[in-house]
Parts: sequence; structure tokens; C-alpha cells
Amino acid sequence: MGELAIELKGIDKSFGLVHANKDINLKVRKGTIHGIIGENGAGKSTLMSILYGFYQADRGEILVDGRAISIRDPNAAIAAGIGMVHQHFMLVENFTVLENVMLGAEESWILNAGIAKARAELKRLEKEYALEVDPDAVIEELPVGLQQRVEILKALYRKADILILDEPTGVLTPAEADHLFRILEQLKAQGKTVILITHKLREIMAITDEVSVMRRGEMVATRETDKTSVEELAELMVGRRVLLRVEKGTAHPGDVKLSVKNLTVRDGRGVTMVDDVSLDLRAGEIVGIAGVAGNGQSELLEAIAGIRRAVSGNVELNGRAIDVTGHADPAELRQRGLAHVPEDRHHIGLVLKFEESENAILGYHDDPQYRKGLLLDIDAIRADAEEKIRKYDIRPPNARLKTANFSGGNQQKIVLAREMERGPDVLIIGQPTRGVDVGAIEFIHKRIIEMRDQGKAVLLVSVELDEIRALSDRILVMFAGRVVGERSPDASEGELGLLMAGVEGPKEAAQ
Amino acid sequence: MDYLQLFLELAQSTVRLSTPLILAALAGLFTERAGVFDIGLEGKMLGGAFAAGCVAFVAQSAMAGLLAAVVVSVLLSLVHGYASITQRGNQIVSGVAINFIVAGATVILGEAWFHQGGRTPALAEGARFQVIELPFAEALRGVPLLGPIYAELISGHQALTYLAFLMVPASWWILYRTRFGLRLRAVGENPGAVDTAGISVIWMRYRGVICCGILCGIAGAYLSLAANAGWTKGMTAGKGYIALAALIFAKWRPVPVMFACLLFGFLDAFAIRYQSTPLPLIGKVPVQLMQALPYILTVVLLAGFIGKAIPPRAGGVPYVKER
Repeated sequence: MGELAIELKGIDKSFGLVHANKDINLKVRKGTIHGIIGENGAGKSTLMSILYGFYQADRGEILVDGRAISIRDPNAAIAAGIGMVHQHFMLVENFTVLENVMLGAEESWILNAGIAKARAELKRLEKEYALEVDPDAVIEELPVGLQQRVEILKALYRKADILILDEPTGVLTPAEADHLFRILEQLKAQGKTVILITHKLREIMAITDEVSVMRRGEMVATRETDKTSVEELAELMVGRRVLLRVEKGTAHPGDVKLSVKNLTVRDGRGVTMVDDVSLDLRAGEIVGIAGVAGNGQSELLEAIAGIRRAVSGNVELNGRAIDVTGHADPAELRQRGLAHVPEDRHHIGLVLKFEESENAILGYHDDPQYRKGLLLDIDAIRADAEEKIRKYDIRPPNARLKTANFSGGNQQKIVLAREMERGPDVLIIGQPTRGVDVGAIEFIHKRIIEMRDQGKAVLLVSVELDEIRALSDRILVMFAGRVVGERSPDASEGELGLLMAGVEGPKEAAQ
Repeated sequence: MDYLQLFLELAQSTVRLSTPLILAALAGLFTERAGVFDIGLEGKMLGGAFAAGCVAFVAQSAMAGLLAAVVVSVLLSLVHGYASITQRGNQIVSGVAINFIVAGATVILGEAWFHQGGRTPALAEGARFQVIELPFAEALRGVPLLGPIYAELISGHQALTYLAFLMVPASWWILYRTRFGLRLRAVGENPGAVDTAGISVIWMRYRGVICCGILCGIAGAYLSLAANAGWTKGMTAGKGYIALAALIFAKWRPVPVMFACLLFGFLDAFAIRYQSTPLPLIGKVPVQLMQALPYILTVVLLAGFIGKAIPPRAGGVPYVKER
């Protein structure tokens, strides 16, 4: 089988006490898409950063096209034909596409000469790989999908033959992700080698030729993709058997706990994001809201949680109205039994610079159990945090660690523990497993179902259709701000997909 | 007095008073566009002015004075660079420290070396910069309107004044038309992008800081070798801060920087010209109010009239490679 584009021999790297990469060996064949999968913190990004010259390995050898080379800095990597698309884009936001592509490869000290050449070269790349993007557009005005395309163009402009993509779909909508995969197929067809780092098993199965699995800094296995299965990869990643689909019994819905009637919400620009939405949420059921990101699910959650003001409509919690069009007070709603796990844990779910124990009580910090007169009862708070850490298996188990130092999955567990442990009547959850490892996903799903079985009402918003189908007792599909249909969780993926795309019913779609 | 004469008088002193502001504000532009905030423009200018005064007197040469000013100012900016780029310290603290150290050290050294009580010895003609008369200034004076404008406003300034105004289009060109400028702007917006493109973030930032030092040095030399005949203590009198205000006001762009500095220079000229003359309708305006006007204006205009002044996004943030 083909020659090797990249071979890593015995790569070893430590950061202080953290042994990030342990004696890694890896072979990537030329002209293939090679997946590297592993949980957050398994060492994938470190390994790729070493390959791109961002860090130096403590030991080990890198061979590109069969020749051993030393990659001291990104310059050396670029010279060796390696390009990288970072998870957080390395773009200058107020520069144009052209300026970003040129940066670091300007040809001469006066820009003009290089600009003409870059423009022509961009045109050529556009044609060859179907990577259309306006060279004079300013980055911050482009959607994320296009920004990512600029990152790919940057690498190709520097004549990269080997392209590393670090968690490329984390920020993309499903449609954008599909488009990205088509681009990657195109690159492969042109003889480029692609290394795809991800923790999403679906993507690995969909697009890669071979896959290597990392776990806790070690390379544990390499498989040909069509000779492995999602189950096997998940087990290799986590190191134990993982239930990809959690078991759940039938629901026993009770009284209506949350009732939304004719809710309309506009965003800051005055665009209607939620359009006349009504729904009932009963005790002991999970209602999932499916939809492509940006179809009003986020705004719906925020309006119910009292974070965003609605234009019109009524919401009742436990039979009492919430002033959603006026001054709904999130603190008061919390007292009344509504808990909210926000979609974006970094911006509104957590204060990353706080200790774990502080985040574990955020929003509940006025409760008498955490207070000693005017002051916070630090001992009580820490004891409470340690209790939650134990119960939710938050790692590392250190209540005094800065929250930013926890992995995405563990940060999410901190938020979930905070909101679930108060025993709310209604729990509204946005994107419970975004950026969360397989192992943690299983745990989080189990907890959500436990909540339901305890008779709580759960409203779940997720862009992961699999998740919605696995957890929900009823599925509502949102498109362009409206609820366009209700289905049972047994509905086929195709049927739900059509609803999500705004196609009214399966009949029309068949034509 | 006829109005043309009045206008020319005010305009000429506006240009004179704007010169150090333009140089200092452009200095700030280079460092802040690279992502290193610098509140120490004042100190560097003062240090430059002092060095220029000393060396020009000893060597009896204005050029030697200018060179000394640039060297001292660049050294000070390297101190700021070392603290804020290499050591990743707080840029405001480092800048303020430089201001204080220079304000004190210049007085002590000046007194120790020259014993003249907070000044360097008055410079003779040859040790100062001279006014440059442009060709035909006198011959054309007779031409109505344009003649006096050419002779009084365009001609008859210090070489450093012409340099300051030339630096405006030059800075624009460097910033937007050269590789150095592209990388400089990029490093102030997203150093990660620069790093991954294989360019040294640290070296880029040091170059921005050095540019700042050079221009601040020239601004300082202008004060002690052109606008005055020697250094006096605290002679920058807040010009470094006004330059910073102009920089924000101009949203970190070279040409607007010039206009902002001209505006502040004009307010200054106006204040000097009319400090004891009662104005129609208003009466006599306290000189302190006039001197405060640039700051008041900055606050008022920034608060609403010029829109949002967005600083370079990575400004003030030391670059640390992500772990």
C-alpha cells in the first residue's frame, strides 16, 4: 500500500508533570485521509502541534516523505509541505481574505507585487478545489464555514501537501461540515494527504481511510476504517465498553410543568428568531428540540430562562406566569424551580477564572446554606463542591482548581451538577454534550434520563440529531423560528432531516 | 489686524505646536498597532529632549543632539519592550514607571552635570535646528492670498516639522503597503496568526517598539533643539498624553492622527493667543480651561461623536503560546 507521507517514531513530550505524548508511533499513507481520534486531553493536539513545529518533542523522530527532518518552528513545517487548520482559526479578523492568505508568504518587502500573484493563485486554487471565497471580503464578515475555507486556502497557498485539521467541525453547522468533507475528498483526489483530528466517531467513519486512536497520551491502535466499527473505536478511546445509546424505559408524563404560548422573540437586529412558538412540557418527560443551528432554538431557551426578553407570548412555570416580555429574573426563576444549562458554557455557564467550587454554586450563592451572615461560608461551599465532584465523577477531583483547567466534558459536568443537584421541577438544557468526550456523553445522557425518571420535566435543545433521538420522548423540530412538526423518537433520521431543512412533509420531498 | 494675518499667525503656531504631537502620536501608532500599549510616550519624549539638550550643548551640534535623543528614547522603549514583551509584564505599569523614572532622573542628572536648576545650558545658534526658508518665499510674498500663505504657513518651519508631516504619508505607506506593515498590524490583532505563519511574534513587536522609540526621540529633540533653546524640566508638559488621546481619537490610523494632532495643536495655539484677550460673548476664559480642552474634547468626542474607537485586538495582552 502506497508510500508514507508522514512517519512519527517514538515521539515523547511532557509539559511539567503532564506526560502529554508517550512514545508515539504513527504512519500516515500518502493520498489518504487519516483520522486521529481520542478524548479531549488524550494528546492529539499536542502531537499535531509538534508536527507543525509549535512545540518541540522531547524525544523522537519525524519523517516526511521518508526523510527524517527536524521541525523547529512552523516555518520548517511549511517548508516541508505541512499545513495546519487550527481549531481556533489563526486569522486576523479585520484583514481581508487576501491579506490573511499572504501573511508570512508575501514574496517581497513591498506588498503590491505579491498581491497580484496571490490573487491569481487564489483564483487557481478556487477552481482546482472548488473553494470559492471572495478575496476582498473581510474575515469577520464571513460565516465560520468560509473562514475555515480561508484557513485551508492559506495552507494550500503555501504549497502544503499534507493538511492537518484540528477538530474542524466543532464550529460548523451540519451542512457546512458536509461541505468541508466534500472539500477534503477533493483534496484527496488531487493527491494531498489529510490528517483529521476529531473526537466525533461519526466523522471518522464517514470520511477517513485509516484511523489511529489515542488515549491518555498513548497511541493505542490504528485501524482501517472499513474494518472497524463505532463501538470498537469508542471502546479503544475510552478504554472500556461504552454505551453509545443509553437505555431508557417508557416515560410516564404527568402534569404540565412548563407551558409556552405564542412566544415571539427578536434578536438585537430586530430579526424574528422565535415565531409564535407554543409547547407544553410535562413532568417526567424529555422534549427534544431538533433543528439546524440558528433556527431559533437558542433564543427560545434564553427567553424561557429569562435571559432574553420576548416580544410577545406567555410562559407559565408550575401554573404561574413568567414575565417573559418584561423583567423575568433568572434568580427568581431558579427559586421557582427552573434550572438552566446554557448552550455556551464558556460565556454564560461558567466563570473560567473561578475555582471549581465557586462555579459549582454560581447563581445559588445567596442560598443560606452557603452563607455565614454577610460572608460566604467557604467550608460549606468546598464541602458541597467535593460532594458534586464525587457524584459526577469530575476530574481532576480538585475543588480548588481553576475551572479553565478542566476539560470540556468536565466543565459541562460542573454546570450540570450545579443545576441538577438543586432538584428543579423543570430543567432546560442547551447542547448538553457539545465539545464533550464519548465517555462523558454517556454519563451526561444517563443523568438526564435519571432526572426524567425522578419526575422532572426536561426541555432539551441540541444540534446533534442522534442525541435528540436517543433522549427525547417527543421531538419538536424548529425551522426558521417556528415549530414545524412534532414526531416520536422512532421517526426516521431522513424524515426529521427533511423537517429540519424546512421541507414540510415527506410527500413533497419525494417529488 | 486683517483676518488673513490673524489666520496665518494662528495656523503657523498650530503647525509648530502640532509637530511634537504628530511625531509622538505616530510613535504610539507603531507600537500600539503591534499590540504593545505605551503610556510612556511622555517619558521617552522627555528623555529624548534631555539627551538632545545635553549632547547638543557638549558637541555644539544639533545633529549630534538629535542622534542622542533617538538613542536614549530607543533604549527606554527597549526597557518597555523587555518588560512587556519578553517578561510579559503589565504594559501600563511599565509605561508609567518609565514616565516617573525619566521625570526624576533628568532633573537629577541635569542638576549634577550643569548646575543650572532644572535646565540644560542655553544652546547657541549652531547647536539648534534652524528655520528653513523654502525657495522663492520672499519673492512670492507679493502674490495676493497665496503669496503670504506660502511664505508664512508653508515656508519657514523647522526641518523636523517637515519631517513630522512627511512621516504621516510615510507611516501610512509603511503600514498598508509593505510586508513589515502587514505583519505589524497582524501581530497587534492576532499574534497567533503571525506565529503560525512562521513569523516571530516577539521580534515583530520589538520592531514596533523600536519604531516608537525613534519617533519619540525625534519629538523630544524637536522640543529642546527646535521649539526651545535647550531642555527644561518637565518640558513635555503632558504632550505624550495628548498624543495618546489623538491616537485614540484617530482610531490608530496615520492620516486621522495628523488631523487630530492639528486640532489639539490649534486648541493650544488658540489658548496661548487668547489667554488674556476677552472673547466676544464669552468674556475672559481661564487659561486652565483652554489647556484642559484637548482632554475634555477627547472624552466628549469618544463618548459619542466619532463612533467606537476599537483598539488593536491583541493590544495590551502579552503573547503566550497556548498549552
